[in-house]
Amino acid sequence: MTSSAPAPASRPDPKGPGLAVAVAAWWGEKPWLQLGLFVAVGVVFTLLGSNLVQNMHRVGLTPGFAFLGHAANFEIGEGLIGYAAGDSYSRAITVGLLNTLKVALAGCILATVLGVALGIARLSSNPLLSRLVQAYVELVRNTPLLLQIFFWNTLLHALPGPRQALSPLPGVLLSNRGVFLPFLADDARTLTLAALGLLLAVIVGAILKWWTRGGARMPLAWSGLWLCLALLAPAAIGASLGVGPGLDLPRLAGFNIRGGVSLSPEFMALLVALVVNAAAGIAETVRGGILSVPVGQWEAARALGLGQGRIMRLVVLPQALRVIVPVMTSSYLSLTKNSSLAVAIGFPDLVNILNTTANTTGQALEAILIMMLAYLAVSLAVSVAMNLFNRRWALRERH
Amino acid sequence: MANLALSAPVSPRFDGWQRLRRDLAGTRGNLAITLALLGLAAWIVPPLWRWAVSEAVWSGDSARCAAAAGACWAFIGEKLNFILFGFYPPHLQWRALLALLLMAALVAATAWPRFWGRGLVALWAASVLGIPMLLLGWPGGEPVPTEKWGGLPVTFLLSIGAFAAAFPLAILLALGRRSRMGGLRLLSVIFIEVLRGVPFIAVLYAATLLFPLMLPAGSDIDKFLRAEVALTLFVAAYLAEVVRGGLQAIPVGQYEAAKSLGLSYWPSMRLVVLPQALRLVIPPLVNLAIGIFQDTTLVIIIGMFDFLNTARVSATDPNWLGFYNEAYAFAALVYFAVCFGASRYSLWLERRFARGGRSGPNAAPGAAAQAA
Repeated sequence: MTSSAPAPASRPDPKGPGLAVAVAAWWGEKPWLQLGLFVAVGVVFTLLGSNLVQNMHRVGLTPGFAFLGHAANFEIGEGLIGYAAGDSYSRAITVGLLNTLKVALAGCILATVLGVALGIARLSSNPLLSRLVQAYVELVRNTPLLLQIFFWNTLLHALPGPRQALSPLPGVLLSNRGVFLPFLADDARTLTLAALGLLLAVIVGAILKWWTRGGARMPLAWSGLWLCLALLAPAAIGASLGVGPGLDLPRLAGFNIRGGVSLSPEFMALLVALVVNAAAGIAETVRGGILSVPVGQWEAARALGLGQGRIMRLVVLPQALRVIVPVMTSSYLSLTKNSSLAVAIGFPDLVNILNTTANTTGQALEAILIMMLAYLAVSLAVSVAMNLFNRRWALRERH
Repeated sequence: MANLALSAPVSPRFDGWQRLRRDLAGTRGNLAITLALLGLAAWIVPPLWRWAVSEAVWSGDSARCAAAAGACWAFIGEKLNFILFGFYPPHLQWRALLALLLMAALVAATAWPRFWGRGLVALWAASVLGIPMLLLGWPGGEPVPTEKWGGLPVTFLLSIGAFAAAFPLAILLALGRRSRMGGLRLLSVIFIEVLRGVPFIAVLYAATLLFPLMLPAGSDIDKFLRAEVALTLFVAAYLAEVVRGGLQAIPVGQYEAAKSLGLSYWPSMRLVVLPQALRLVIPPLVNLAIGIFQDTTLVIIIGMFDFLNTARVSATDPNWLGFYNEAYAFAALVYFAVCFGASRYSLWLERRFARGGRSGPNAAPGAAAQAA
């Protein structure tokens, strides 16, 4: 490292000792200073670490992840997998991670739908609509997210009790115990019909793809309609023959509501706050992306005789997406990280459960390491997925 | 709906009243949107107006509020001292008020392009050291420990302190990330990407739960300071990326010109590159500052009394129990006023820069063109 460190290393000899030269070139100028910096960082961390280990030993704790197998003696309000007090810490943490992923995934999907709709509405020629969206965006962006979460949490807990639950749509119940939605009943007949519908939809999708090979066009609305028909056909046929799918409707039973899917007030408050918050940013991104397409593109497409809808879909959106997708990635990342504010309203997400774990076991270092690694992994996964999507789009666009 | 949505960018002309009538009711689609929105307004606005204004209680005690159907603004008036200053001792609250005014003056001075310069840096350094001393009561006054601090001064001090302390660190990180020294680059990238990849709460927990365990037994660091350090590190990572954006926008000719004048690395950065790069990124810096101001609310989670928390806790007073809506509405109003003002300022600054005033960033490309 020392012999080849100065400037000449930047011109590697093709036949020379390749790796060492490449490393030295990468390492660059002032090798000793940099090494000193690394040593200094290492010393600081070692010092802090040894203090930490001493302090942990002093209160009778062993550093390490052995505690993950111990029994966790706290309850968790909700989860995608079964959990009871007395299960291991690792299972509790998994419940928290799944809750984080659940709210983040639902939040990203809903925020995209709402944000794109708002972004297009913001460009409406109707001044009432565009001003209203502008006011929404300003209000959301200029108040803290935590305040918005508190607001939605208060609002959802102020709903009437189960016996007086609001029912805005048949089968949907809103109460201070949560939001209840109808769901497919859990019996063999319903499952068979649902599976048949999915299968048929896949087949119809394949046929549509084959039909439009070589540039034949089918309006988006038509293909969507065909897919919906395929999905629902088995259920409709079954119903007309008297063996329709069962629907599990939420209903009042005693002092609570049973049946259907229930979403807790904390989950709903967090989800609504995250969606409303992220949608404001996405709306601005979409608006900016569409405005970034030069007016000449519109005029050229119109000169070719395309209608407004097709101009949007075939000419403007593909170009706007190049601007939108990278920014959207960071919106998704911040939504995922913002879901950690769940801890403020008691939704059992990853941070909340790791905080409880740190407080009950004293293993703060391990809990925070797990927290950081989990979020870094999720961030990395979202980035990779969005980069793949971006590349795919860029390639497809060049045809 | 897509066809309505996109006529605006195509025909940006504006012919006043006629155009307004056409846009509101010219096509069937626009008429439908207008009617739907008017219906929505008729549904939402009257109850909101009744709650916030016509049936609200503006003065009196909680019994009067409990009897009324509207909002209880008397509660805000009664608890204003607590919401603004938290548990700061009432007879010393002039200090908290003075600190708040000084910080407002600092922000106002920073926003005025005429003051941009070396003096402003000194002013920031003096404020960041002086205001905590004022709040603590140094030297000689009756001491007030940081546990008693609260309300708006805490929110402002956290934001301003973190921004000021993060700035030099962020510049070093940004230069490190663009350095040709691989080891330095690696350290900068790890710091920036780890802090940007985790939520702020994780950093806050690390500072409050973990950091005390890392000190030698018996020593302790103040909780306020720990939160401030966590916020500083977090902000530094984001700030470094903003500064890096500015550095990347400086043409290579500027670096070469500085070198050809015989300047070595640090003088060329300090005198040539950084002044231009930082000026370019002032609008994104303002947006980042708005974000930091809002992110300080997260200190609630570690039990500190910032402005949002004092507003929230004021609704747990036994005499005024449960006026959360009013407390949140008031807090939202204050946050909105500060952040909306700052974002308008940022837009004004961008327009000013785009016009290319003497202090605008257009000096940079112009100089680059001459150098090239």
